Amino acid sequence: MELLSGADMIARFLQDEGVERIYGYPGGAALHIYDALFRQDKVKHILVRHEQAATHAADGYARASGKPGTVLVTSGPGATNAVTGIATAYMDSIPMVVLCGQVASHLIGEDAFQETDIVGVTRPIVKHSFAIKHPSEIPEVLKKAYYLAATGRPGPVVVDIPKDMTAPTERYEYVYPKKVKIRSYNPVTRGHSGQIKKAVDMMLKARRPVFYTGGGIVTSGASENLTALVKRLGFPITTTLMGIGSYPQTDAQSLGWLGMHGSYESNMAMHHADLIIAIGARFDDRVTNNTSKFCPTAKIVHVDIDPSSISKTVRADVPIVGPADSVINEMISLLQGREMANAEALPEWWTTIDGWRAEREGKLYEPSQPGERLKPQEVIEAVYHITRGEAFVTTDVGQHQMFAAQYYKFDKPNRWITSGGLGTMGFGFPAAMGIKQNFPDDTVVCFTGEGSFQMMMQELSTCKQFGTGVKIINLNNGTLGMVRQWQDLNYKSRHAHSYVESLPDFQKLIEAYGFTALKVEHHDELDAALERTFADNDELVFLDIDVDPREHVYPMQVPLGAMRDMLLSKTERT
Amino acid sequence: MRHIISILLENEPGALSRVVGLFSQRNFNIETLNVAPTEDPSLSRLTVTTEGDDRVIEQITKHLNKLIDVVKLVDLTEGHHIERELMLVKVKALGASRDEVKRTVDIFRAQIVDVTPSVYTVQITGDAGKLDAFVQAMAPIGILEVGRTGVSGISRGDKILSL
Ligand SMILES: Cc1ncc(C[n+]2csc(CCOP(=O)(O)OP(=O)(O)O)c2C)c(N)n1
Ligand SMILES: [Mg+2]
Repeated sequence: MELLSGADMIARFLQDEGVERIYGYPGGAALHIYDALFRQDKVKHILVRHEQAATHAADGYARASGKPGTVLVTSGPGATNAVTGIATAYMDSIPMVVLCGQVASHLIGEDAFQETDIVGVTRPIVKHSFAIKHPSEIPEVLKKAYYLAATGRPGPVVVDIPKDMTAPTERYEYVYPKKVKIRSYNPVTRGHSGQIKKAVDMMLKARRPVFYTGGGIVTSGASENLTALVKRLGFPITTTLMGIGSYPQTDAQSLGWLGMHGSYESNMAMHHADLIIAIGARFDDRVTNNTSKFCPTAKIVHVDIDPSSISKTVRADVPIVGPADSVINEMISLLQGREMANAEALPEWWTTIDGWRAEREGKLYEPSQPGERLKPQEVIEAVYHITRGEAFVTTDVGQHQMFAAQYYKFDKPNRWITSGGLGTMGFGFPAAMGIKQNFPDDTVVCFTGEGSFQMMMQELSTCKQFGTGVKIINLNNGTLGMVRQWQDLNYKSRHAHSYVESLPDFQKLIEAYGFTALKVEHHDELDAALERTFADNDELVFLDIDVDPREHVYPMQVPLGAMRDMLLSKTERT
Repeated sequence: MRHIISILLENEPGALSRVVGLFSQRNFNIETLNVAPTEDPSLSRLTVTTEGDDRVIEQITKHLNKLIDVVKLVDLTEGHHIERELMLVKVKALGASRDEVKRTVDIFRAQIVDVTPSVYTVQITGDAGKLDAFVQAMAPIGILEVGRTGVSGISRGDKILSL
C-alpha cells in the first residue's frame, strides 16, 4: 500500500494510465499538481501560451491517435480560457480529459480570487464532469473520466479539483483502478441483429444506393471494415467533412464529401438515391440543407452509437444503435454468398454518377497563369503532391478549410484534422502542434488563413520551446474570406468588417521567434518555396502565400434548398 | 401531448442541474418538476411533465438517458399509471364565503389544514386536472396563495422503475 498526496496521486495516475503528454498552464489553484509533475519525469508537460491552445493541442493529438488528450489548467481564467477548446472537442465527439484547478473547498461559493463555477460553465459542452470532494477519490474519479471520455460516443470530461484536495501534507492510499464501473453507463457493444439483417436486405434490393458515413467511422476505427463493405457491394460512398479519409478518397467508388461545400456528384447522388446507408454520421444541417426537401426518394438506414443522433433531424427507416465497427462487421458476414436482387441497376446508377462527375470535370476552378496571383485551390493541390498525400493536415476555419478539404485527398483516417461542428478559428495551429509533438516523424501541415492564424499565433513560442516542426501554410487573401463570400452572395458585397487591415509582416513576425518564413506573391514562386518548406521535416516553416481574394468556395448549397440545389460557380447553378 | 417522465437519478451534487440544463439547452419545455430522494439514499426520483409531439418526446428521453447521472427512466404516459400532485392553497374565508369554501373543500375531498378568522389553508391531492378545477372553483371567492408540488407518478400494476 502506498500513501500519496492528492497531487502525487494525479501525477501517478497519469503515469499508470499511460498518458505521455499533457498540455497545460499553471496557476495558484493548480500549483500542488504542478509540483507533483515536476518531481517525476514520465509524463511530459507541454507549456502552452494560452489555455485554449492546450485544449486544441490535446484535441489534435486525440484525433490523430484515437486516444484521449489531457489538459491541465488552473481555476478561474485558466479554466474559462479552455472553454472554446472544450466546446470544439464536444461538438466533434473527441475524447479529452480536462483537469481544472479550483479554489479550496472552504472558499467555493464566496467569489474567491480566481473562482469560477467551471462545472457549471461547461455543463452543456461536456460529456460529463466531476468535482473532487475528497482526495481519496482521485484515482477512481480520474479513471472514470478517462473511461467516459474514450468509450461510447466520446467527448470531453472536466474534473474540477479544489486546491485542498491536492495538499502535499495529506496522504491517502493510492491504488491504480484498472477498471471502473458506472451503473448508469453501459455503452452498446453491438447493434440489433434483426435490424442489421433488415438493412442488409435493403442494401441487396437497392437500385440507387449511397453510403453516407461520418466521423463515427474514424472514432470507432471502422475504416478497414467500411472499406471492405463498400468494396464488397460496389456502391458509391460519400463522407461527411468529419469522415474524410475513413474511406480512401482516391478510390473510384469515393464521391468525395457532401453537404454545403461538398462535391457536386456527392450531393446529386444523395438527392437521387433510393437507399442511404448512414453510418456514424448525424444528418447535420451543414449536410442535409433543408430537411423537408432532403433526399425525397430515399429510404434511410442509420447506424450510430448515440441513439439521440438517430431520427433527430431526419427520420430513419431502419435505426441501428451500435458501434460502427461491429455493425459493419456483422453486415459483411450477412452478405456472404448473397447477391444483388437487381444486378442491372447498379451499373446504370454508376453511369448516372459518372455523368455528374464528367459535368464538373476541369471546371472546378481556373488555375492561375505564370506571373499571376495564385488560387488557393492550386496551393492545396501542390501541397498534396509534395507531401504525397501522407501528411497530417490540420486547418483553421474559413475558405482555406473548405479548399483544403476539397483538394487534399486523404486515403487514411485520422489524418484530416478540422473543427467541423463548432468551426473554431484558431484550432489549426495548436492542433498541428499537438500532433507533431506526438508524431515527430510525420509531416504535419496546418492550412490557415491570416485571420484564423492570428487567433492562436502565440503558440509559436511553444513550438520554439519544444522544437516543434509544423508546416504552416497561410493562404493569405487579406480578408476574412468566408465571411466576405457570404457578404458577396447575400449582402450585395457590403464587406462589413471582413477586411483585415494592418496585417503584420508575417515574415518578420515569424522570424522574431527564430523560425523560417517564406513569402510567395505569385504563381512562379510556389514550387521553390514548397521545396524549401518541406526540405527538413523537423523545422517549423511558415509559408505566407498571397492568394486571390476574389475566389469563392463552390459548390455551395443554396440556402433552404435540397441537397441538389447548388451554386457551382459565380455564374452557374443547378 | 403531455407526458410524465419519471427518472431515477444519482443523488449527486450537480445531477439535477444537468437534467434541468438539458431541457433549456435543447429547447424542451418543463411544465412541472418534482424531485426527492428514494428509499435508496443513493438515488433521487425526479418526475417531469413536459409537452411535445412523439419526435420531441423521443429526443427528450434519448437525451436524458445519455446523461451519466440518469440511471433509469420511464415515460409513464406510455402505460397505465397513477398521477398525483399535492397543492396547498390559501383562500379568503370571510362571512358567507367561509361556508362555501368548506363545502367546495368537501366536494373535492380536500382538507382544511389551517384556519384563521379570515383565511383557510387547504390541502388537496389529485391529478393535475383536479387541482386545476379546484383553483377554478375557488377563484371567484379569492385565492391568496398557491403552492403545488408538481406531478409525481408511478405505473399501475407490477411494472417497477428500479435499479
Ligand atoms: C472563433 C471564430 N470567430 C468567428 C468565426 C466566423 N468565421 C468563419 S470563417 C471566418 C473568416 C476566416 O478568415 P481567415 O482565417 O482569413 O480564412 P479565409 O476564409 O480567408 O480562408 C470567420 C470570421 C469563426 N468560425 N470562429
Ligand atoms: Mg483570409
